[in-house]
Amino acid sequence: MHIGKSVVIKGELNGSEDLTIEGHVEGKIELKDHVLTIGSNGRIRAAVFAKSVIVLGEVVGNVTGTEKVDIRDNGSVDGDIVSPRVAIAEGAHFRGSVDMKRGGTAAAPKVEAKAEAKPAAPAPPPAAGAAPVANPTGTQKVGA
Amino acid sequence: MGWGGLLGKLGGRRTSHDEENPVAPSEPPSPGTQCPTKALRKFLATLTSRPNPVLLDLGPVIGPNVSFFGEQLGCKILVEDLYADLDRQRALGDEALADFFKRRFSQDDRSVDGILCWDLVDFLPPLAAQTLAAQLTRVLAVDGALLGFFSTAASRETTFTKFVVADEQTLRHRPYGPTRTRSRVLQNRDIIKLFEGLRVSDSFLLQTHLREILFRKPAYLAGSTSGA
Repeated sequence: MHIGKSVVIKGELNGSEDLTIEGHVEGKIELKDHVLTIGSNGRIRAAVFAKSVIVLGEVVGNVTGTEKVDIRDNGSVDGDIVSPRVAIAEGAHFRGSVDMKRGGTAAAPKVEAKAEAKPAAPAPPPAAGAAPVANPTGTQKVGA
Repeated sequence: MGWGGLLGKLGGRRTSHDEENPVAPSEPPSPGTQCPTKALRKFLATLTSRPNPVLLDLGPVIGPNVSFFGEQLGCKILVEDLYADLDRQRALGDEALADFFKRRFSQDDRSVDGILCWDLVDFLPPLAAQTLAAQLTRVLAVDGALLGFFSTAASRETTFTKFVVADEQTLRHRPYGPTRTRSRVLQNRDIIKLFEGLRVSDSFLLQTHLREILFRKPAYLAGSTSGA
């Protein structure tokens, strides 16, 4: 799935497939079991949750990757990163904190943290061998 | 306790060179000058002796350092690139820069276990250096450590230096960016006075014209810092 550079989204973006964003997003992005790529034209002001996050553009907001966060050359992140694996390229910009320890053990609960309606539900382990439960909708959801 | 023992305490978090390094792949190989470091090892020992250590890095973000401190040592790393701030605020005078530093740090008092100050103080005018030192003393936890490098000879270099951790005894010095020159060469007594809320734990004079100083925050001085 690709969101072009002329697209502006304000709200919450959920999905169950890999996603590349070249446009602007404000709000929240959640791709629990998939790869989110912020393209070089992408401008994100949002809390980001994904299995893996690749940043070539600009992100202002906290980034959680249950597997990996990768800030490439010229990519920019202003916010806190939580992930067991973090790669930051030489020409990247980053300001914030990096927490790799929590990323390996408690990233999934952080993803679920805003689902206040189900506080008692145990969070799935971040890198368990069991197959994750797929998003039943199978589509991106964009809410205003 | 040897270094192996220290790392052993971390429950095997340290990976060997043969294992996959999650950070290095996107960091292109850089020449950088290999330089020995004596104080880093002691700084690391302080960090690894604490549960869930929080590290404040005043330098630019460096992938291998994030890997070293984050993955291998289990630190939470706060990246506050003050060199970039200095570059952006180059028009500010000493007083304005001091005011800037007063407002710069959002961290709570005594919330940080280790501070990598690198050679930042060399580039600061007196009042700004004093304010920065007070702020760093404020955020440093009791028994926490601050690692600073100070030139022992005047230099005409106009670039900052990235300090890349190669291992606990070696740093790679990598110059980058045209910026301001070093303000002055501080005498030992000036440095000690600057960080008057801290105690000098170790001081090493290296052949690279760099003095490495490891400061610790003793309990008996912890209440006397106001963060001026």
